[in-house]
Amino acid sequence: MRRRIVTGIIIIICFLLQTTVFQNLTFANIAPNLLMIVVSSFGFMRGRKSGMFVGFICGLLVDIFCGFYLGIYALIYMYVGFINGIFQKKFYPDDIKLPMLLIGSSDIAANLVVYFVMFLFRRRFDFLYYLKSIILPEFVYTMVITIFLYIILLKINQKLEASEKRRAKKFEL
Amino acid sequence: MSRFRSRSRNKKKQISTKYLLFIMTFVCLVFIVLGLTLNISGGPLKTIAGYVFVPMQRGINLAGNNLSLKMNDFRTLSEVLEENARLQEQVDELTVELTTLKLERYELENYRELFELNEKYPSYEKVAANVIAKDTSNWFDTFTVDRGKNDSITVGMNVIAGSGLVGIVTDVGPNYAKIRSIIDDSCKVSAMVTSTQDNIIVNGNLQTMNVNGVITFSGLRDEDNLVHIGDQVVTSYVSDQYQQGILIGYISSIEADSNDLTKSGTITPVVDFEHIEEVLIITDVKDVDKLLSEEEEASLP
Repeated sequence: MRRRIVTGIIIIICFLLQTTVFQNLTFANIAPNLLMIVVSSFGFMRGRKSGMFVGFICGLLVDIFCGFYLGIYALIYMYVGFINGIFQKKFYPDDIKLPMLLIGSSDIAANLVVYFVMFLFRRRFDFLYYLKSIILPEFVYTMVITIFLYIILLKINQKLEASEKRRAKKFEL
Repeated sequence: MSRFRSRSRNKKKQISTKYLLFIMTFVCLVFIVLGLTLNISGGPLKTIAGYVFVPMQRGINLAGNNLSLKMNDFRTLSEVLEENARLQEQVDELTVELTTLKLERYELENYRELFELNEKYPSYEKVAANVIAKDTSNWFDTFTVDRGKNDSITVGMNVIAGSGLVGIVTDVGPNYAKIRSIIDDSCKVSAMVTSTQDNIIVNGNLQTMNVNGVITFSGLRDEDNLVHIGDQVVTSYVSDQYQQGILIGYISSIEADSNDLTKSGTITPVVDFEHIEEVLIITDVKDVDKLLSEEEEASLP
């Protein structure tokens, strides 16, 4: 229960920051994708199921406030969370390389899907331009933010896991 | 035994996760199809999300705006004086223009009385709204304002800022409305060049907007080369979504299409889309059916 509340608060804060503060802190019209960091991190820290649910909720929020049709971003983010969850076994908290790699590739993959679904079908064929001016800058900016946000998320997760273990022990006794 | 049990439980859990993924995928697809076919979007979800997020977003933006106002206080006196001089010049210019326009308007009113015409451009009812959130992705240009169904905002209302067209309301919640701006890549506006009254289609374009700060237009039929760079573009009377005569921008380039019949080019919008904080929502919705039926009635003897 406690974990759910904390997760909800993290999602709300990141969504608020992304829609307000970071839209005013853009570099060359590019804002970082905080929700992608959250979805991806919950995927590889907590497993496929958590990743899936967090992804679904984040995607739904984006759909409600920014999307065209309810469900498109929910679908994309859900699969991002699920696929990141597969890497839970390979995840060690001390190693920052795998999380960076996963979050980065999630961001690029999700943007590629958005390009193919929502731009290519409307005959915007200049893929290289969109790669250079949207996808890669967002990737770089998101990576910079990841370094800070990921460590915070990791610390919160470790605290929660520790308190859950303590409780479990109490019940056993 | 225990190990076996734990393994089987693990397996069961895995399968259920996969099933869950399928079920959720199906739910998402149903949502998308419903949205595409029946225009159903959210409903109670929107209400909840609106009441949770909108007050917080409004608070954050208020704090942010206050902060930036404070920062602006530190602008140097010389800058302000310079601006003042420039504005004074503009005031003089505009005053002269206004006097001529007033004379012309007087003349126009006389003609109208003669021909018994009604006012052609009614002044629209407007509601002010604050921008509270912007699109999370870098692909589209939509934003959210803090007025919604409770302030009798409905889908299809036009949005302006300053003197220019900003966009159109595409979705409303109880206390927020989603606006798609005219520079959004998927946006199309039926417009008109004021100098020649030619109809054109204005398309939002992410690429040209990022590179040059312009949006594109197409479908201009202008055999006699009467349309020039710098001509004014306003919303057209043939549009079924936009009110007539709202300024969009000025033509910044024209080139002939390969079919040699039409021309296309770019338009510089008048609204500064980087720094929109307040917008005005026109509460009159263009109702084409009503207009048509009125025209029919008028044409009947």
